Amino acid sequence: MKRIESINDFVIKFANINGSGSASANELFAKAVMRMGVPVSPRNIFPSNIQGMPTWYEARVCEKGYHGRRGGVDMMVAMNPQTWDADVAEIEPGGYLFYDSTRPIPESKFRKDVEVIGVPLTEISNAAYSDPRQRQLFKNIIYVGALSVLLDVDATVFEKLFAEQFKGKERLLESNLRAINLGRDYVKQHLDAPIGIRVRKSDKVGDQIFTDGNSALALGCIYGGATVAAWYPITPSSSVPEAFQKYCDKFRVDPETGQHYYAIVQAEDELASIGMAIGAGWNGARSFTATSGAGISLMTEFIGLAYFAEIPVTLINVQRGGPSTGMPTRTQQSDLTSCAYASHGDTKHVMLFPQDPHECFEHAAAALDLADRLQTPIFVMSDLDIGMNQRLCKPFVWDDARDYDRGKVMTAEELEAGKDFGRYKDVDGDGIPWRTLPGTHPTKGAYFTRGTSKDAYARYSELGPDYIYNMERLLKKFKTAADLVPQPVLRKAQKPTRFGVIYFGSTSPAMREALDVLEAQGLHLDALRLQAFPFPESVDRFIAEHDKVFVVEQNRDAQMRSLLVNELEIDPARLVKVLHYDGTPITARFITHSISKNLKAAPIGAPMTSLHKEAA
Amino acid sequence: MTYIAKPRMHHPELTTNKVGYTRRDYEGPVSTLCAGCGHDSISAAIIQACWELDIEPHRVAKLSGIGCSSKTPTYFLGASHGFNTVHGRMPSVLTGANLANRDLLYLGVSGDGDSASIGLGQFANAMRRGVRMAYIVENNGVYGLTKGQFSATADRGSKSKKGAINNDSPVDLVGLALQLGATYVARSFSGDKAQLVPLIKGAIMHGGAAFIDVISPCVTFNNHGGSTKSYDYVRQHNEAVSRIDFIPRRGEITTEYAPGEVVEVEQHDGTSLRLRKLHSDYDPTDRYAALSYMNAHQARGEVVTGLLYLDPLAVDLHVALNTSDTPLNKFGVKQLCPGSQALAKINAGLR
Repeated sequence: MKRIESINDFVIKFANINGSGSASANELFAKAVMRMGVPVSPRNIFPSNIQGMPTWYEARVCEKGYHGRRGGVDMMVAMNPQTWDADVAEIEPGGYLFYDSTRPIPESKFRKDVEVIGVPLTEISNAAYSDPRQRQLFKNIIYVGALSVLLDVDATVFEKLFAEQFKGKERLLESNLRAINLGRDYVKQHLDAPIGIRVRKSDKVGDQIFTDGNSALALGCIYGGATVAAWYPITPSSSVPEAFQKYCDKFRVDPETGQHYYAIVQAEDELASIGMAIGAGWNGARSFTATSGAGISLMTEFIGLAYFAEIPVTLINVQRGGPSTGMPTRTQQSDLTSCAYASHGDTKHVMLFPQDPHECFEHAAAALDLADRLQTPIFVMSDLDIGMNQRLCKPFVWDDARDYDRGKVMTAEELEAGKDFGRYKDVDGDGIPWRTLPGTHPTKGAYFTRGTSKDAYARYSELGPDYIYNMERLLKKFKTAADLVPQPVLRKAQKPTRFGVIYFGSTSPAMREALDVLEAQGLHLDALRLQAFPFPESVDRFIAEHDKVFVVEQNRDAQMRSLLVNELEIDPARLVKVLHYDGTPITARFITHSISKNLKAAPIGAPMTSLHKEAA
Repeated sequence: MTYIAKPRMHHPELTTNKVGYTRRDYEGPVSTLCAGCGHDSISAAIIQACWELDIEPHRVAKLSGIGCSSKTPTYFLGASHGFNTVHGRMPSVLTGANLANRDLLYLGVSGDGDSASIGLGQFANAMRRGVRMAYIVENNGVYGLTKGQFSATADRGSKSKKGAINNDSPVDLVGLALQLGATYVARSFSGDKAQLVPLIKGAIMHGGAAFIDVISPCVTFNNHGGSTKSYDYVRQHNEAVSRIDFIPRRGEITTEYAPGEVVEVEQHDGTSLRLRKLHSDYDPTDRYAALSYMNAHQARGEVVTGLLYLDPLAVDLHVALNTSDTPLNKFGVKQLCPGSQALAKINAGLR
């Protein structure tokens, strides 16, 4: 057997049972590797269940900093008897199987072509701890300790991590360190370490931060000045408002009075959530709601109202898989159409596509500005892959000179001075009208907000010309939006090429890697990463400059491609679909294979088996 | 429907209130509802109540859902911002608006279809949360704008104009409001202005969720024999439990009452409600007694009206959430943004 030998480039997967406390141990492992200066990108693979079901944590250790899923597993930490067979089968030939050897396992259950490493975790833990809960929790920490020796991770990183994490809680610090050392000592005394895959100190992490998209969105809402949040629990978005609450506790409590500079309401449903967010936006507070696809479906009538009555509101959509209840704990980018054109009649909405937690922060704050500026719903389209996984990314940045853009709000002084106020009148040529907030002036500036058609002065009207004036102005406003939203990011190929690729959101890390691999194989593509809808002119230009443009996305119906065809009137034949939608995050292998196959080149550097599975 | 502004000509000697407005300053454009519609009487009562309360019109936000009743906010308080939202969803929009600016007074206008049928969930949850507002349901038991279908408040056995019999049990919004925690619950009749105006005044100045169910006959689709929401039916079955006077903090009303007949209930903000009890066994500060009294009389076919329940120490959602006295919509980057130094610390904690 030729065992896998690799430094700072491997995939380790932890098979656990949910509710067993493994999550924090696995995170500890990832952080320890990062403290060695080596990037890690972990992904939680979990069921829609609270306790007792299988859950996996797949961590890709990659010095080059590719954060996409690689595919394949070099080492399996098999802690769940229920999934043993499938977990063992998933290991690459020459890989490693780490397991709890306390109880004997029949030889037929192992594979000959992987290296088997048994550590009697339960035995060690039970000998050291008497409390059943502690036995369970520290068993997890013990395996982290054992792995750290096998993979050559310094003991000192744990001391530092615990010292930071348990500052002021010395007992917890000591007991955790003890558990780590129990694992470390066993391996040192009984096994050959390190093994063929290992971690070596590097400097590739730099000042990057390690966080999840949902917390970053919440923090962006804090920095962006949101004060009213209304929401209804739904996976995978619930941790956005929960994190917002946590940050509000920290940053939005008046130190003298204890009063809150925020209001969070867990509403009775998504209809009420968006209704409250709209009411607050109408009344001049920055507001948001966070939800997922099913919630958007419920909100659509209100979204149409906010579009037509022109009310600022931010919607965070952490997308999950499938129609109906679908795959609530899996990831997809499949709400593009439902959000872009949400609601009846002619509607179009602004969407932002953050690629990682850093951009979740940026886009959340930008969305609140854009909502006020454009007086319309703004969708921040994250997904489960970004939202519920920790990712290494650039640190958050805020310029203290930055003020909020409150858009066109007419003041009492301006009204008093006799400035003409037509709520739905285009006076500046950008399609954006002026608004007033309730209570501004005793006699001027009041108007009636309604979902019915109206004239430029907000008076009820069913006259055709009034309706058309309004709808054309909304279209002009949408054009204005294209210049205000975050602009596409171009990555030019090393050589001039007729081929292009368009991608966005959580596809980014896999795409970065795929482009490197394709380039190494002599396949050059210019790549355009979309950050928003509507599309600025540069998108049209990019497509025009290439004969063939791949559109890579994570849904079945090529929704982004449809938007491109529809909005830019592109010949569909020029846009090639690359679609990944099995609920797992897209991989570089999948993209490279799809593109290279299309370009009639040989498939590149990937075993066919895992490709078929991912493309299913 | 067209939009008809009323002429702005005022009689030079129209009386002004303490904030310098005449009653006409509280009006809106001409109503486009059917002549004789109960809803127009309610609009007139709202105008009267706001004028008498010396409220500056622009300090009121009036919100509604969809339907005949929800159209009415156009026809009063023309200098107030209004919001005609979506069907059955006024309570959530009002909740959000209220959270954004606690300094305004909120008037929620809805109908029986809007609140008891499509919007029952939002009605219930707004009451539960104690959103400070005067929530007025203009209840005619029928869908007017779509021409005469039953709504969820239509009594079982009542007959539609086309002769159909309603087989479903009615939703009793007053009963629900009492159960769900509303702190000011009243029922009135659009044809009884003397009762309605003080009830609206009390509701507007109330410190929590105030609900008034106003039976408001639909002259076009629900004012015939066999209807339990017609002018005749309500007049014959109206059983008023109380008459109230709303007394603002500053003014004292010195009407004389026979001893034992009057209860004065002081509210947390210093205003008070003087309640003339018409039934000696009725206690309007006991939520459960109110519920059982109402149910007993309802079983006898009586429509109990008046102030049915009042919690004078009511609190609202802002108290529950401990939101700042300064309205949230007044804050800017200085108060809301923690700044780059705090962010550097957060970054450090994520490495």
